[in-house]
Amino acid sequence: MKSVRQIIALFKKDLLLEIRQQYSFYGIILYVAATIFVLYLAMGNPEADVWNGLFWIMQLFICVNAVAKSFLQESRGRMLYFYSIAGARDFILAKLLFNTLLMAVMSLVSWLLFVLLLGNPIQNPFRFVAIAVFGGFGISLVFTFLSAISARAQQNAAMMAILGFPLIVPQVLLLMKLSTVAFSDVLQTGLTQMILLLAALNILVIALSIILFPFLWKD
Amino acid sequence: MRRSWWKILSIALLCYTIIAGFLGGVPAKPILNETIRNLYFHVAMWFAMMIFFLVSLIYSIKYLRGGKLKNDFYAAEFANTGILFTILGLVTGAVWANYTWGKPWSNDIKQIGAAISLLIYLAYLVLRNAVTDLDKRARVAAVYNVFAFFMLIPTLWIIPRLVESLHPGGMGNPAFNTKDIDSRMRIIFWFGAVPGWTLLGLWMTSLRIRMRFIEEKQLSNG
Repeated sequence: MKSVRQIIALFKKDLLLEIRQQYSFYGIILYVAATIFVLYLAMGNPEADVWNGLFWIMQLFICVNAVAKSFLQESRGRMLYFYSIAGARDFILAKLLFNTLLMAVMSLVSWLLFVLLLGNPIQNPFRFVAIAVFGGFGISLVFTFLSAISARAQQNAAMMAILGFPLIVPQVLLLMKLSTVAFSDVLQTGLTQMILLLAALNILVIALSIILFPFLWKD
Repeated sequence: MRRSWWKILSIALLCYTIIAGFLGGVPAKPILNETIRNLYFHVAMWFAMMIFFLVSLIYSIKYLRGGKLKNDFYAAEFANTGILFTILGLVTGAVWANYTWGKPWSNDIKQIGAAISLLIYLAYLVLRNAVTDLDKRARVAAVYNVFAFFMLIPTLWIIPRLVESLHPGGMGNPAFNTKDIDSRMRIIFWFGAVPGWTLLGLWMTSLRIRMRFIEEKQLSNG
């Protein structure tokens, strides 16, 4: 019970910071909008499979930028303060929770901008939004943990990308394949298998974060 | 002599693999023809790679539990050797694919998996070199090593079984299935190639570890 309260308190603190320092939130939104605008200038109205590929690559870059600051923003002194008041596991769980929420918002925003600028090849928007949010959830889990690693190594977001992109490739490949069901009304075989695999991967990442984060945390 | 028996064994096994591998009998298969002999090299590389990455993982966990810097060096060097075997596996595979599939790279799921593992462990080396403080480097690298290894398991062991592949043995367990391999070849593969290449890699790793300890000693003395 105590740890649930602590997780909620830490989550609230992140949310409050986000609301008080809105520049960073709008900064990411602007980043998303500017990048999709550049894509629009470069590609115009791409075909469905190109659209799909661009969307998921976009999610990767959004995630690196949105999640990067979750650990990089915390100064040494503040980390020490959190260390003294909360457990490492509660801390990483609160961060995971907050970042998945942030990424869900970003996924929705980028989906809207994609439809607005790059055309709409999607047949079934509900399926696509569900897959986008589910995919964003998995991607943000991986990058949250990697942001903790690169913050510990005193590196920037570029290190996160180097560490994370090879790790995320299988997940993104599965998501690209999965989201093709939103472009036509035909359901393909092996769908539940893919969803289960992705869900299992997410559980694996959460478990690894809980086990490994305490080692990163202590100095 | 007593302590280096396994080095002699490694050389003997590799001599046996190369001689028996090039001269021994193989089944005549269409398309494959004589290239089937590459099994002793290409497939054995992946077994060696998996063993070295696994050993590297074990030393990383040992470091996280005990905090001895020695274990971190071991983990790094075993990962290095694993990377070497990944590159060798990719190259021998590309040569083989050039003769059987018509081109060296055809985006096969197992080729992608191998490329991903190479990228992951190269990132591990970059991360190591980015941190200068020895203890901090050891801890960050060990955490990434454990995380990366477990993320690699679905890539190498689960996803290839779900999608179609040009490689044989897509369904079930390739290489462990007794029906997949000719009995003459099985003996050379299991008793010659796999232990031979693995022992050679172990020998190389032990030399690199000794070199690294000497470097450390010189640094701390001078």
